[in-house]
Amino acid sequence: MIYVASPFAVILFIVFVIAVLGISKFFAKQTTDAKGYFAAGGTIHWGVNGIAFAGDYLSAASFLGICGMIATVGYDGFLYSIGYLAGWVVALFVVAEPLKRMGKYTFADALDSKFNSKGIQLMAAISTLVVSMCYLIPQMVGAGALVTPLLGLPHYVGVIIVGSIVMFIVATAGMASTTYVQFIKGGLLIVFSTILVFMLLNKGIDVTPSKNYHKFISIEATVKDKAVVSINDKSYKISVQKSISGIELVKLEKDGIFTWWKVQKEKDKSVLTEALSTTVNPEGKKLYNGAKQDAKKFYSVGHMTSINKNGKSVQKTGKVGPFEFISIIENSVVTLFKKVKFKDGKNSITVWYQKPTSGKTVMRPGLKFKVDAGSTFMSKLNFVSLMLALFFGTSALPHVLIRYYTVPSPSDARKSTIVAIAAIGFFYILTLFMGLGAMTSGVLDVESSNMAAPLLAKYFGTALFAIISAIAFATVLGTVSGLIVAASGAVVHDIMVNYMSIKLSDKGMVRAGKIAAIVVGVVAIILGIMFKGMNVSFLVGWAFAVAAAANFPAIFMLLFWKKTTAAGITTSIFVGMTSALAIILISPSMIERYGYAATSAPLGLNNPGIISIPLSFITLVLVSLMTQPKAVEVKQ
Amino acid sequence: MDHGPAVQCGKDNASEYKSKLGLIFFVIYLAIYTGFVVINTMKPKLMEIKMFLGLNLAVVYGFGLIILAIVLGLFYNALCSSAEKRMNKEEDGVKE
Repeated sequence: MIYVASPFAVILFIVFVIAVLGISKFFAKQTTDAKGYFAAGGTIHWGVNGIAFAGDYLSAASFLGICGMIATVGYDGFLYSIGYLAGWVVALFVVAEPLKRMGKYTFADALDSKFNSKGIQLMAAISTLVVSMCYLIPQMVGAGALVTPLLGLPHYVGVIIVGSIVMFIVATAGMASTTYVQFIKGGLLIVFSTILVFMLLNKGIDVTPSKNYHKFISIEATVKDKAVVSINDKSYKISVQKSISGIELVKLEKDGIFTWWKVQKEKDKSVLTEALSTTVNPEGKKLYNGAKQDAKKFYSVGHMTSINKNGKSVQKTGKVGPFEFISIIENSVVTLFKKVKFKDGKNSITVWYQKPTSGKTVMRPGLKFKVDAGSTFMSKLNFVSLMLALFFGTSALPHVLIRYYTVPSPSDARKSTIVAIAAIGFFYILTLFMGLGAMTSGVLDVESSNMAAPLLAKYFGTALFAIISAIAFATVLGTVSGLIVAASGAVVHDIMVNYMSIKLSDKGMVRAGKIAAIVVGVVAIILGIMFKGMNVSFLVGWAFAVAAAANFPAIFMLLFWKKTTAAGITTSIFVGMTSALAIILISPSMIERYGYAATSAPLGLNNPGIISIPLSFITLVLVSLMTQPKAVEVKQ
Repeated sequence: MDHGPAVQCGKDNASEYKSKLGLIFFVIYLAIYTGFVVINTMKPKLMEIKMFLGLNLAVVYGFGLIILAIVLGLFYNALCSSAEKRMNKEEDGVKE
């Protein structure tokens, strides 16, 4: 799709960047010691910290990824929202207060508070770096993808801009500036998402989403033995027919332009329904619906096939309430666009064909996760594994955990977590409306679902689009800042000072922290450019899985099992982290990326949680039992 | 290197009570979340059942889990705050 940079969006973006840099410079003067740099002095008010939690946690994957997923696969995308939020319950009831009580700057402090073990210090730091990197890459990739439509700049420029701003934020005032950037961003995200949903409900649902929406046509056809032999529109000529995974597709030619159509039955007759397609020739030139990109033949999509309101078929609903909005979609039929890829001669073809889908199916699990028709034991296990990782991953994410050290007391840590749950929970409810709104408002770019929420905002005017896009950009800045502070703390505090016993003064630690932040930032920029095009949600799923397997068993058992030993914690972090990474690297998704068939993967599991989390727990228990101190009473 | 907290916290007599309470709340939520995952995995069609306000079980259960997290959080905080006041009031210089 072609995106035209909006001048208002550019101005807003520049204003936002100047404001962020101003905040960072202001706090830089107050940040002179390690406590100020790594933990914002431990003086942040719990209310501010709670919203900053939301700003930290609601990353590009939450805002762009989930809305896009709901817009394309319905309720299955919302399952991510539920899993991400449920994880906060673990953080509140199990982790918040004890972690605040035991730690100083990093979660390794808390794990190591009883033992003073070099093994724990090193493994916890490595785990922090691995999880932070898994989380950083998709944020940087997302930044590049966002800056292209927003400012009309290439992907790599977007990554460099984000990386540079974040390095400035973190290198000037560390956690203090990061906290306020996250607080502002979290607040803006929730307020403007609420406004967007309010406007959506006020508009209601319409079979024709807008005046400019492309009218997809159908042509009656004569079909014999699955082959299309003639069509009722003489201006088109039949060129080729392909059968792809049970889908019959026909290529038609009109005025030298080739387009793809899907054969389907409508009542008693066969028809060809118009599809979207891209054609890439061996030289790499790409055609959109058979024409060059600037011919604008590649349309935004997403509409209702039919609307059922109160048992009556209507063309549009008018203003609706929030529950009524969902209920109408449940009772109606939505036209989704399904993707197939194949070769036509030497050309690579991607077709998005219309698939009218019952609202009942859209609003229950099964379109993305194979838990219903066509499911297998492994596909169900994959789903359970993902939900497990989301539940236990949140409370083990290093950039979330370090925020507990920015408030004055354990009770403030608890209260700020409740504010975070309320703010994040409310936002995740909004994602269902934004996603379904994008699904039915004719704004979707079939090539990139990540732009669903900003494009829905564009439906209501350029101003809202510019604001939402600038906030989406800020979303990346807030999360990346938190991740870089976490990684910087792991390098300086856990590895250099604790593990390597390098003696650093307070100011020396701050200086080393700033240098580490710049190094991590540069690495993140390089990886963000290298991983261009990689699925954002996929990588975030890795981060959750690794965090849940490596860190959660150690935190949980340290708090609730008196026989836990340093060796048990060290080994469980190692086993949890390596087993999760190993399963990911041999997963069907990765095997496909290596260029082999997904079915050749040794283990049909894409989400490692179901194996690596119990494995990490078992390791901790066994090793702890084998390394119990003899004749020494274990102090709790 | 000092591993103590960034801000020194006073003795908290309620910490053991809060820890047990947290564990109970965690188990309650885990059971309800497990039920949600089990239905989605084993009987996804059950999620189509209409509940109220025209919403199906999938939406009601999903929204319910989010709202339950907030409600349990507030309830937990009220119990913890009350325990902190009750158990720490006779301690001198105690900061929660």
